[in-house]
Amino acid sequence: MRNLKTLLAALLLAPTLALAAGASIHLDKAPDVSGDKAALQNGAKLFVNYCLNCHGASQLRYNKLLELGLTEQQVKDNLMFTSDKIGDQMLISMRPAEAKKWFGAAPPDLTLIARARASAAGSGADWLYTYLRTFYRDDKRATGWNNLAFENVGMPHVLYELQGEQVMGEDHKLKLAVPGKLSPAEYDKQVADLVGFLVWMGEPQAGLRKQLGIAVLVFLSILFVLSYALKKEYWKDIH
Amino acid sequence: MANTNFEKYKSDGSLAGNLLEWVDARFPATAMWRGHLSEYYAPKNFNFWYFFGSLALLVLVIQIVTGIFLVMHYKPDASLNAAGIPVAFASVEYIMRDVPWGWLVRYMHSTGASAFFIVVYLHMFRGLLYGSYRQPRELIWVFGVLIFLMLMAEAFFGYLLPWGQMSFWGAQVIVNLFGAIPLIGEPLSIWVRGDFVIGDATLNRFFSFHVIAIPLVLIGLVAAHILALHEVGSNNPDGVEIKKKKDENGIPLDGIPFHPYYTVKDIVGVVVFLMAFSLVVFFAPEGGGYFLEYNNFYPADPLKTPPHIAPVWYFTPYYSVLRAMVWNFFGLDAKFWGVVAMGASVVIFAFLPWLDRSPVKSIRYRGPIYKSFLTAFIISFFILGYLGTQAPSYWGEKISQVCTVIYFAFFLLMPWYSKIDKYKPEPERVTWK
Repeated sequence: MRNLKTLLAALLLAPTLALAAGASIHLDKAPDVSGDKAALQNGAKLFVNYCLNCHGASQLRYNKLLELGLTEQQVKDNLMFTSDKIGDQMLISMRPAEAKKWFGAAPPDLTLIARARASAAGSGADWLYTYLRTFYRDDKRATGWNNLAFENVGMPHVLYELQGEQVMGEDHKLKLAVPGKLSPAEYDKQVADLVGFLVWMGEPQAGLRKQLGIAVLVFLSILFVLSYALKKEYWKDIH
Repeated sequence: MANTNFEKYKSDGSLAGNLLEWVDARFPATAMWRGHLSEYYAPKNFNFWYFFGSLALLVLVIQIVTGIFLVMHYKPDASLNAAGIPVAFASVEYIMRDVPWGWLVRYMHSTGASAFFIVVYLHMFRGLLYGSYRQPRELIWVFGVLIFLMLMAEAFFGYLLPWGQMSFWGAQVIVNLFGAIPLIGEPLSIWVRGDFVIGDATLNRFFSFHVIAIPLVLIGLVAAHILALHEVGSNNPDGVEIKKKKDENGIPLDGIPFHPYYTVKDIVGVVVFLMAFSLVVFFAPEGGGYFLEYNNFYPADPLKTPPHIAPVWYFTPYYSVLRAMVWNFFGLDAKFWGVVAMGASVVIFAFLPWLDRSPVKSIRYRGPIYKSFLTAFIISFFILGYLGTQAPSYWGEKISQVCTVIYFAFFLLMPWYSKIDKYKPEPERVTWK
């Protein structure tokens, strides 16, 4: 009998336990900037300036950026440092083998990072938004940096000029020890834009997909009414 | 039904009529149309559960048509491109981004895989509810179980193709299972992979199986399933034989021609299904990480084992049965018994027609014992499915062992409990409930 009770308790608790095991850190909710073209353009600028040196976006072509409301000339003048053809993919010159030697692991291609980082703990955007805001100084690491969302990360804090330097306090909370160029609120806004761009990059057709979905559902709803009326008409004599 | 001698078509003198007469003299066009559609008499009291057979056929067509277009751009190649991404993985993203409407075709295919299992599970559940596997429909059921097996193989082979982390490590785990078979295990798993690890050879042969071998067998089995059904006629929610009561023309009193009655009815089912399907394709193609696993957006990396390898949701009940076996019996590894139990949990469905000794077919006239066993079986199936998505744990293991026992008890005790159970008398004719 006691076994049975324990079993029942375990059955009820199983889902909560499983969730608790999955989430090691609480993820902050990333602001949704998917409809904000200016924010996404700013995100693209940040991505090209800060990320695209070590991380490629090999599945994204420069001309896809035109969908963010930029002109071809704007993209060529401001965002294209690694290539001169607008139809080219956003590649980097660092070779994976060399990168591995320098960083211990080759920096991953970021095209799909926002989709890959999703989990039961939160969306990929939430993870990235938390990750880019929780770097802190750690002398035990070769780069001098550690991270709350990604323990013992191989990457140094590339945006530290903007954010400043955080340290781990006695209470296990991060404190801003050296201020950066931006205030914490301004920095969060910049990270939100960058994350918004990474999400867009993961599936540039997501907006079209949802628009088309509404049209398809409207069509199917009309078809449902017609097909149901047809069925009723045929079946009226069946008793 | 299909074998009755329908008269050959006689032309009315028109051009179309002459053509049909010419064809009919050389090919059983009229006989097939009448035997399988316009004069195939189905019980008039089909309910909600009877939509899923035609829906399974629809999903099969969706998968074949979208699959044909995907193969035009997909490349089963495990080598790395200039950016260090496997070519196969990159070709899927190429389809998603650079091929016009490629994203739609690909999401339809990936959603179709899960939809296939949903409709087939519901179709099988219908069989359990109304005893559709009972005499004289044993062969329909056996063909159905074979279709289910082939569907699992098709899904397994297909899941490797995007060459993401879960594709790679899922295949690694499953192929390694062959290694648990005594003596021949290790050489067998190498033979299956074509390599010592999952690699380019594995990817190419899985591609071949996924696009040619299994679909061919699948289509053949589906044809056999439907031919066998039309030979004996459909069961119905009351589980009584409509052929026992016929009118003076030999037409079952409770039968209506499949066409037009069930064609127009199934169209309604198709539209409702497409609405649910579109909700996933257009608004949640990842299905919350169950239809497209998040980890599979990372390219396959043989050097980086993911912390938690979970199969796709439709395999998780069986995966739980596999993990539930933790004892080394007869000097053989627990993993081997896990493989045996997992295989048995699927194959055992095929024996249902001979395990069930109840005098009635439909759950409407069965007693409380069968209903309790069926309920316990379904609950166990869901719990096993949930646990299969989770990382191994102490209580998870214990619970999955209990559920595995219930799962098998449903089948193995059936000859006993279906006999002693109470039952209500069946009606003479079908009812509208």
